[in-house]
Amino acid sequence: MIRLEQVSKTFHPGTVNEVPALRPVDLVVEEGEFITIIGSNGAGKSTLFNLVAGTYPPSTGSIRINEIDVTREPEYRRARYIGRIFQDPLLGTAGSMTLEDNMMICLRKGFKGLKISLNRKQRQWFQEQLVDLEMGLERRMKDNVRLLSGGQRQALTLLMMVLSRPDLILLDEHSAALDPRNAALVLELTRRYIEEYRLTAMMITHNMQHAITFGTRLLMMDKGEVILDVQGEEKASLTVDGLVERFHAIRHRDLESDEARLSL
Amino acid sequence: MIEGILVEGLLYGIMALGVFITFRILSFPDLSVDGTFPLGAAIMGVAVVNGLPLIVGVLLAFAGGLAAGAVTATIHNKLGVPNLLAGILTMTMLWSINIRVLGGRANLPLMRQATILSRFNSLVGGVIPHPWSVLLFFLLVALVIKVLLDLFFHTDLGLTLGAMGDNQQMVVSQGVNPETMKLIGVGLSNGLVALAGAFAAQFQGFADVNMGQGIVVAGLASVMIGEFLIRSSRIGILTLRVILGSIVFRGIMYLGRYYGYYINLTPNDLRLLTGVLIVASLIFSRYQSGRGESARLRKSIRAAADSTTGGTR
Repeated sequence: MIRLEQVSKTFHPGTVNEVPALRPVDLVVEEGEFITIIGSNGAGKSTLFNLVAGTYPPSTGSIRINEIDVTREPEYRRARYIGRIFQDPLLGTAGSMTLEDNMMICLRKGFKGLKISLNRKQRQWFQEQLVDLEMGLERRMKDNVRLLSGGQRQALTLLMMVLSRPDLILLDEHSAALDPRNAALVLELTRRYIEEYRLTAMMITHNMQHAITFGTRLLMMDKGEVILDVQGEEKASLTVDGLVERFHAIRHRDLESDEARLSL
Repeated sequence: MIEGILVEGLLYGIMALGVFITFRILSFPDLSVDGTFPLGAAIMGVAVVNGLPLIVGVLLAFAGGLAAGAVTATIHNKLGVPNLLAGILTMTMLWSINIRVLGGRANLPLMRQATILSRFNSLVGGVIPHPWSVLLFFLLVALVIKVLLDLFFHTDLGLTLGAMGDNQQMVVSQGVNPETMKLIGVGLSNGLVALAGAFAAQFQGFADVNMGQGIVVAGLASVMIGEFLIRSSRIGILTLRVILGSIVFRGIMYLGRYYGYYINLTPNDLRLLTGVLIVASLIFSRYQSGRGESARLRKSIRAAADSTTGGTR
């Protein structure tokens, strides 16, 4: 369970450039929940992720993961509980290393010792896992990851993240940089893994339809605030037009991001 | 002549391996090397003069380099100083430290002292004549270090270190502190450089504070010439080509030194030659990487096509 209490972030406080990126927010993510987060640019979605992941500390408030206070823990320490996938497929893998090397690095979190774990048995196990992706990657274990397509790299990142069994996964528009076919593939894989391994997940998306069809709970953010939080029946009955209307009813203005509507 | 080039190539190849670790694997251009090379020589020299066992001298030199590298990494990690500047700081400080290690002087002759080389020579001297026994010695040393490094880069820690220069975010995402990785990598690199310095002092018969000048650039040139010789991304080949690059570099320097006068080259021009070599390698690799990349891409597309047809079978 992840618990955020009065977490906020202000950049450049006390200067003319002061930006309240996230206003104080309370949020509890229950185990097994799959939350989709939607909002226009500058709504604070990525700031929220960066605070949870520990890229920078919050200005106020506390963050707990499984009742452990991680507010002051640096990103690399929190990474033991959290798996994160970025929009840029290059950020999840080391391009100049082979597939099997990448998988070995990601298998276990935390400091690595002077053991040579990449043996025949381990390779075989990796190979079996790769078959699951149905991309033929199991035949390319010795290829450099640089040679893979963006979709393949992102799918590999997803698989490697799942193998380390994180308590929470953060998906930061992880299919947005891919072509439609690969994006659909990666999203489907995401849904499958989250169900199969009962993962707790948060996913940022610009696509309102995705936010509605995926997940068990939906958050809508605007100007650093969570303005809508729906789940269960209510979420199941949502439509894109309904969502746009809800936004209008709450904020008394039209949803600025046309991009969100265009990418239906 | 040829054995001289090979010996120098292997000896400085150990140093080039250190430069390879920082510049290529960590993407941490570390200039402390110019100070750690003479540091290794100085420690070894003082150990020999004080009658310590030779192996202890070698190990102390390695440890000294390790510590110096750790200082550079810590300055960078904890104070947020750019890596280049952190290296320059350590290098500058080491100049004074090296003179202190040498006992307040800039030069320590080791003539008439038993060296590792003379020991080894007396061991195999009956079978192999003098210059070739030295070559055999350095061949063995370089080979052992190369194999140990290859093994290290196959361990879980070594693999993670390998990902550092490529994608630091990935290392962080795996719950590894990137500062620790830099500490280990830069430390190991400078340990190797100091080790090379210790052997250089034994080989040349003296330790001198100025013997490190321009070492970083020579090491980088060796690394780049190696990349020019063989294309690969397997660690065993990567370390091999660093040593080969070092041998070729020393060969070119030899030619410059002995035949350079034909084109009015003096020994003072060798540094210019080194710089020109690096620039030439840079130009060539730009031209080459464009071609190599497209060839690899074609190969991978073919492989992907094969795998899809394999899948529908």
